[in-house]
Amino acid sequence: MQLDSKIPSGPIEKKWDTHRFEMKLVNPANKRKYNIIVVGSGLAGASAAASMAELGYNVKCFCYQDSPRRAHSIAAQGGINAAKNYQNDGDSIYRLFYDTVKGGDFRAREANVYRLAQISVNIIDQCAAQGVPFAREYSGLLANRSFGGAQVSRTFYARGQTGQQLLLGAYQALERQIYLGKVEMFPRTEMLDLIIIDGKARGITARNLVTGKIESFIADAVVLGTGGYGNVFYLSTNAKNSNATAIWRAYKRGAGFGNPCFTQIHPTCIPVSGDYQSKLTLMSESLRNDGRIWVPKQKGDKRPAQQIPEDDRDYYLERRYPSFGNLVPRDVASRAAKAVCDEGRGVGETALGVYLDFGAAIKRSGEDVIREKYGNLFDMYQRITDENPYKQPMRIYPAVHYTMGGLWVDYNLMSTIAGLFIIGEANFSDHGANRLGASALMQGLADGYFVIPYTIGNYLANASLQKIDSSHQGVKQVESEVSERIKKLLSIKGKRTVDSIHRELGKLVWDECGMARNAEGLKRGLEKIPGIKEEFWKNVNVLGEGQDFNQSLEKAGRVADFLELAELMFMDAFAREESCGGHFRTEYQNTEGEALRNDIDFSHAAVWEYQGEGKKPLRHKEELSFEYVHLAQRSYK
Amino acid sequence: MMNLVLYVWRQKNAQSQGQMVRYDAKNVSPDMSFLEMLDVINEELISKGQDPIAFDHDCREGICGSCGLMINGQAHGPKKATTTCQLHMRSFKDGDSIYIEPWRAKAFPVIKDLVVDRSSFDRIIQAGGYVSVSTGNAPDANSTPVPKTNADKAMDAASCIGCGACVASCPNSSAMLFTSAKIGHLGLLPQGQPERKERVLNMVTTMDKEGFGSCTNHRECEAACPKEITVDFIARMNRDYLWASLTYQKPSARGGGE
Repeated sequence: MQLDSKIPSGPIEKKWDTHRFEMKLVNPANKRKYNIIVVGSGLAGASAAASMAELGYNVKCFCYQDSPRRAHSIAAQGGINAAKNYQNDGDSIYRLFYDTVKGGDFRAREANVYRLAQISVNIIDQCAAQGVPFAREYSGLLANRSFGGAQVSRTFYARGQTGQQLLLGAYQALERQIYLGKVEMFPRTEMLDLIIIDGKARGITARNLVTGKIESFIADAVVLGTGGYGNVFYLSTNAKNSNATAIWRAYKRGAGFGNPCFTQIHPTCIPVSGDYQSKLTLMSESLRNDGRIWVPKQKGDKRPAQQIPEDDRDYYLERRYPSFGNLVPRDVASRAAKAVCDEGRGVGETALGVYLDFGAAIKRSGEDVIREKYGNLFDMYQRITDENPYKQPMRIYPAVHYTMGGLWVDYNLMSTIAGLFIIGEANFSDHGANRLGASALMQGLADGYFVIPYTIGNYLANASLQKIDSSHQGVKQVESEVSERIKKLLSIKGKRTVDSIHRELGKLVWDECGMARNAEGLKRGLEKIPGIKEEFWKNVNVLGEGQDFNQSLEKAGRVADFLELAELMFMDAFAREESCGGHFRTEYQNTEGEALRNDIDFSHAAVWEYQGEGKKPLRHKEELSFEYVHLAQRSYK
Repeated sequence: MMNLVLYVWRQKNAQSQGQMVRYDAKNVSPDMSFLEMLDVINEELISKGQDPIAFDHDCREGICGSCGLMINGQAHGPKKATTTCQLHMRSFKDGDSIYIEPWRAKAFPVIKDLVVDRSSFDRIIQAGGYVSVSTGNAPDANSTPVPKTNADKAMDAASCIGCGACVASCPNSSAMLFTSAKIGHLGLLPQGQPERKERVLNMVTTMDKEGFGSCTNHRECEAACPKEITVDFIARMNRDYLWASLTYQKPSARGGGE
């Protein structure tokens, strides 16, 4: 496997401009001769599909939901970063770049991150022009707030529904192109495999989720914007149907998988309440602007929060990290919460929780101000827990939220398979070992609106693509493999439900490859996963038929892929003998319990290459060099 | 823990006839969400070799708009400003009977059980629910100030999740609240002005063509809306529609040329 990152030469602030000039263009009349497939309709997919259609390409866009507007980007709450420096507080492109590389614990590619910071300002302009109703000051100008890992206010927001509003902007742009006939939309259609002809990605095989029909679609390039794989943990803040099938099928067809063990555990989620729990709900990180996190100083202090006096409270983030306080990055905040709960100082019935307290903020600014800022989040908390957060502190606990790992891409966002591009959370590129808050929306839209429309043209202009159709032998081969697999899933007729096996897998991944990992636990996990996989393929019960609307069958295919992906996560976590960002190996920590990187041996992205069923995948390295941000121990003290 | 009796609409596909089927839900925890209660029923059905109940759902945090059930005749159930996924069983009591049906409207045909086809909503948006600004055309975001009150009101309208509860709860199956929310959102902002007239004319025409009924001021939609969007937006849309009908001029067909 060749890992050529194709980083343009020259000083970092000139790389993207130089590259844009050097890339070949496709002339406007020729663009309409090219067909492009986009899988996924979230921020990355919808913005890419719309922008490429605007340029003149013929786009086919696929999503499993009943409408592209429902992609899970819609659930992002807090905001989107941009280096506008509207607040005059010293922000700049360079500072956003610096914060992001540092926040990612020095495991991201500098050139990509710099480009992301540059583009961030265009995104805000584009979205405002689309009519995204961002929060505003009385002057009519845009408002900002601050987020974890930064000491400036550069986060733009639309109440607690920023993801929804940005997605609706992209969705509306997409619907406009559908109306104009430049995008053909395939809702309720799920990609089940990738078609490669002569070494190039040329299409997908998909299942119509209403009729069950298996059909192949041919194109000149394929773009995956299918999101992350957090649902490998079963319980996560992802949507119930979010899945890794598209990227996993691509991996098995030869796309390198970058840093699968880099997963993000978000510090502020509503704690688990029972065995029936189907998903976890996030409480936006923006709440840490005004909420103070604490636990009782004494172990097993069961008094209600209001009865615990100030002196008996431990505001542990403010104590341990005085300069960033409650706004430390997510990985740091999550581990700190786990540490106090492990000491027996957790709160709530399960003792797996810490308080997020708005008492001081309400006293300072009044309940109305807090309601205006976070009203919908407070309401959601109350609906779920039946507790009033204006009167008593919220209880929160970390939960799986985002995956920094994903398919490896070069500077052009192309994977190791020619013609296969990966955008948004599905790729591994910009966040290193830990993503900062309000950076996911920024990356999804940067990739979709402003990177892929250029780089895909360069690929198409240089590629010589033979004309094929869906009767090609290579296409028929993939189709028959997909159909066989479905037949196999339906024929097992065992005793376990898909969900029960998914839960079992999720618990194992959470216990052994979650917030803290070590060699022993990872080995245990690697020994157990094959057993769960075998149980699945021997004893799962998938009812119904393939030629039908069949939600059990949909789930079964996704869980089968999660079972394989989990194994790769464990291997990657085992091989990375250091702690960095969200990957915390308990063997590698300093005396204060902070993550201890090993830059000599592990300053690289690990990229895994599939070797076939039952064979150990190969681990390759893309060495990372840090010319601008100097490698240092992260400090938020 | 509670024991409940459920009557659920089962329908194999769009062609077949459906019927209500009785299920007993035992040991339901008040802290479960409504959909988690259905998950448990489905796990039991699968174990017994019976086809599980199909229903749409995804984010389960009240924002994607996928879920939507008629619960005892109320869209999204008894709790105000709450989607089905965010409704918790503490809103019911031991021994209750619960009737669960899909959204019923001509423009939302049933696909299976509780799943309906809402693509008519997408087609209404296609008819003009956007600002026609291609990527790369935008001026600096702060070059167009928007009065805070307008921005806030636009946000109220824009918070629509497209779930369809407004249609399902309306005796006429009207989509006026959904359509007017998008027209209101864009019409309140300076960015939405250039296309304001075409937008309202085209979106309303499409809404009628899709088979949604008219508004006769029952205001059931407002009561059912999980995002509390008000019928003020319908009034606003009607004003815009009248104004646009009287004053709209088709663009001149003359081409440019060099």
